[in-house]
Amino acid sequence: MQRRNNILRNLDWVATILYVVLVLMGWLNIYAAVYSDEHRNILDFSQRYGKQLVWIFFAFLMAIVILYSNDRIYPAFAYIFYGIILITLISTLLFGRVVNASKSWIPIGSFGLQPAEFAKIATALALAKLMSSYGFKLSGFWSYVKVAVIIGLPVGIILLQNDTGSALVFGALILVLYREGLPAWILSYLVFLVIVFILTLVYSTPVLITFIFVVAVTLFVVFTRQHRDAFRISIGAAGIGLLLYISSELFHLRLSNALIFLIPVLISAVLGFLYAYKNRLRQVYAISFFLIATIGFSMSADYVFERVLDVHHQKRINDLLGIEDDPLGWGYNVNQSKIAIGSGGFWGKGYLSGTQTKFNFVPEQSTDFIFCTVGEEWGFLGSTVVVLLIALFLLRLLKIAERQTEHFARIYGYGVVSILFFHAAVNIGMTIGLVPVIGIPLPFFSYGGSSLWAFTILVFILLRFDASRYGAY
Amino acid sequence: MVLRAESSRRVVVSVIIMLVFAAIIGKLFYIQVIDSSYKFSAANNVLRYITQYPARGLVLDRHGVPMVSNKPVFDILMVKRQVKPFDTLEFATMLGLTVEQVRDAFIQATKQKGYSPRKAVVLLKQISAENFARFQEVMYKYQGFEIQPRTVRSYNPPIAAHLLGYVGEVDDRDIKNNPYYQQGDYIGISGIERSYEHILRGKKGVKIFMVDVHNRIKGSYEQGKFDTLAIPGKNITSTIDARLQEYGERLMQNKIGSIVAIEPKTGEVLAMISSPTYDPNLLVGRQRTANFKVLQQDSLKPIFNRSIMALYPPGSTFKVVNALIGLQEGVVTPETRYSCYGGYTVGRGVGCHNHPSPTNLIQSIQVSCNTYYCHVFRNIIDKREFGSVENGFSVWKRHVESFGYGNKLNIDLPHELKGIVPSVSFYDKYFRKGGWNSLTIISLAIGQGELSVTPLQMANLVATIANKGYYIAPHVVKSIEGDTLNSLYREKHITSIEPKYFDYIIEGMDLAVNGAPGSGSTARIAALPDIRICGKTGTAQNPHGKDHSVFFAFAPKDDPKIAISVYIENAGFGATWAAPIASLMIEKYLKDSISRPDLERYILDANLLDRRAKAK
Repeated sequence: MQRRNNILRNLDWVATILYVVLVLMGWLNIYAAVYSDEHRNILDFSQRYGKQLVWIFFAFLMAIVILYSNDRIYPAFAYIFYGIILITLISTLLFGRVVNASKSWIPIGSFGLQPAEFAKIATALALAKLMSSYGFKLSGFWSYVKVAVIIGLPVGIILLQNDTGSALVFGALILVLYREGLPAWILSYLVFLVIVFILTLVYSTPVLITFIFVVAVTLFVVFTRQHRDAFRISIGAAGIGLLLYISSELFHLRLSNALIFLIPVLISAVLGFLYAYKNRLRQVYAISFFLIATIGFSMSADYVFERVLDVHHQKRINDLLGIEDDPLGWGYNVNQSKIAIGSGGFWGKGYLSGTQTKFNFVPEQSTDFIFCTVGEEWGFLGSTVVVLLIALFLLRLLKIAERQTEHFARIYGYGVVSILFFHAAVNIGMTIGLVPVIGIPLPFFSYGGSSLWAFTILVFILLRFDASRYGAY
Repeated sequence: MVLRAESSRRVVVSVIIMLVFAAIIGKLFYIQVIDSSYKFSAANNVLRYITQYPARGLVLDRHGVPMVSNKPVFDILMVKRQVKPFDTLEFATMLGLTVEQVRDAFIQATKQKGYSPRKAVVLLKQISAENFARFQEVMYKYQGFEIQPRTVRSYNPPIAAHLLGYVGEVDDRDIKNNPYYQQGDYIGISGIERSYEHILRGKKGVKIFMVDVHNRIKGSYEQGKFDTLAIPGKNITSTIDARLQEYGERLMQNKIGSIVAIEPKTGEVLAMISSPTYDPNLLVGRQRTANFKVLQQDSLKPIFNRSIMALYPPGSTFKVVNALIGLQEGVVTPETRYSCYGGYTVGRGVGCHNHPSPTNLIQSIQVSCNTYYCHVFRNIIDKREFGSVENGFSVWKRHVESFGYGNKLNIDLPHELKGIVPSVSFYDKYFRKGGWNSLTIISLAIGQGELSVTPLQMANLVATIANKGYYIAPHVVKSIEGDTLNSLYREKHITSIEPKYFDYIIEGMDLAVNGAPGSGSTARIAALPDIRICGKTGTAQNPHGKDHSVFFAFAPKDDPKIAISVYIENAGFGATWAAPIASLMIEKYLKDSISRPDLERYILDANLLDRRAKAK
């Protein structure tokens, strides 16, 4: 009796209620997406909304079980969970069922489980275990190697399952590393590289080189405050470029534009090293290195895009960037999804009155594209409410994670927030054309037992830790 | 210190989360509130507009007998996606088509504008009711086909092809010019079908359905709140007397030319025959295009509506106009006599035929004396008061035009031509300024030369004479169901000639038909014992072959009920062919029976088509 009171008193009710509200809203939308005159009985278990009711029931059951479990088992068994999950992932790869070109399902009777969903929990736990272990500090080569192995193993197997979307989710764990001491510049630089990658696909090499060079010179000015030297370097580079251009024209050297831009920038980088050596300026070394590394990256981005990414990923990215426009082909999903959401207007068409989703114009309208139903039927008003609720939930979890006294719990909490954040942002982003189509579910909304259970477990382990933060009962 | 750094990282993470969600809300605002294009796209996706085609209005004759009616046909539509492989041979046989035709239709259907495998597109058009009934029994075997009932025109008896015109599918230009029309709609292309298109077509209705992504109908949109019913086209009562029209077409078989009959008091066209004609049913249904091509290539030009589009020299019939102008201008009186010794010998000269001489004005019409009109014409043009040939000619031209010559009469049919009345500037150009005089253009005296009129204008002229000085623009539609007729067709056009002068002309025309034997009357063949016909023959020379046979008349003399012009190409003397035809038409109209079966036989048996060839 005493124990139960403790749990209920210490449970973070704000987060719990937000969780329940999101799950119920999700179910309402699955009902609306499937709803038709033939299917309206909410207890029709042949329909997805009927099945989802069962999944929700079990999800709540799991939440309760976790809340009454001993919180010590999680750090204690973190590596064992992790190991079991890895084995499951590998066996899925060997014996699993192929759905939508991904071999990521374990068939259980007429249903299927996606171990990749649960791999996120295991990885978050294992990462927390590793980083909270005695004496671990996120500095030095080996600590990064360990972190990379923990995250990399499941990512590798999931990529082999051809489930790129789920694999990308693990990238979100960079936020955990950042919180635990990853230098800020690495995060910034990674963000910058993403921008460069996108620019590479959109703009020509000369524009890109110019862009990177301008960023480098700006950094130079910020760090050294040597405006005059920055000016000299810029003028010098421009002069060399001009010289190259003129001589190329005069002597018919047929230098490519890329080369005319590249050579002066590389010369500037070399001069930068000399400048750094002479003036003993460490930052300028870094900037010069940044210049060469980024240009090298941008030159290889094209290669990565062409050779490493699958055709359908290339198409989706091109479609998003407006390079290729094919509303009936590759762009069909996104186009229809935007039509559904856009046609909702400010007030929405009203619950159960959406036409685009109900008449199947939107593909996967109860799973990956469930947000279309929200957008179409509840309009801008309802969509905003849903987005704000999710954001509020994430910020609440962030607050909970931050107030954990135990390192393990805090690191795990950041893992939970990162994973949910990535899922929510990328899923909604893809339905409205902000990010390329990546097939990952919207937490608590998308139809599917595996993802709902995985997110529930993910969240309630954190809430379980939080409930006992004032000490074990 | 460490703690602060780490809590600042919590802030950074929070800010990242908030920024990303703010971006999402911003984008949502853009696509849901600012950009309205998605709403249109959504409607495009889900709404399917099914046109409800109205039945076209009927055209009745002046006694209420249907001339054009509708018969049901069936368009077969297909949704390519839902079509499963099937027995093409049976499919084609059931529809009364060949396998090749069906294959072609499939290929054509997928090539048409706006084709989509998800949408219902027209595969086969206008399958007849008989063929469709057979097909309907086995239709369950073929998936992905839909039926669209339509109506097409039906003509029984098959008469008045030019007058009624035909209906066809709209082309791109029609769609561009009038937003009412959509691909697959029918439109009147010629005749009454065209000029009264907006009345006959009715108003299309639309049923709005919601469809799913597979184009399956999911129910009506908003319980049919925005659906509209098709409003059938209004019926039109024509001025045509169907029996007279049919009779005229029979008389004109194997002859080239035109008959136009008008009720003088009202300007109502009683019959309008252009020969050779064609069976209007040929231009209906699936064979329309093929048949049209055949008709178009026919050397006798059966599609060409000679009544309003052929330009002929009026020949001697025009003498009555010159007589009227002469009287009005006072350059000739009813008593004026001129002798004729086989022709007018001044200048190049104009020949004449053998008739009693000298003649007064009335007799000159009775015997159709060329010489007399050379005098009259020169008297007009060279009238002293006018001061110059040009002025004289201009006065003459103004009089001629007051009869509706040289201008459209504005009949309610498309493509009417206005004919030619030459002008001063024309002759100035043709000869040179001052290089011509009344003698140079003397041909105009007898309705030859640079003068061209349509058979309709000739009929209108004789109606004007019957009315003694005015005409009402001829028209082919008497009334429109629930609508009023254009006021244009009630308006009197008064000629520049005083009514009193018409009496002399009528007297002359009376004598031309009813004169005593041996008095030189030109059209005694047209005379009827109990109907007083006034008429005038013409034998129009033409550069392309044998003379045209011309006659115009009205009857009865005291209370004119019908004015008629008959023009037969390359048939020779007006009295030989045109006059008897006109006479038979008048009798048919006024008495509804023919008292002269021999004359009728003579006309019906005559084949004047080969005269053209011989003349060359």
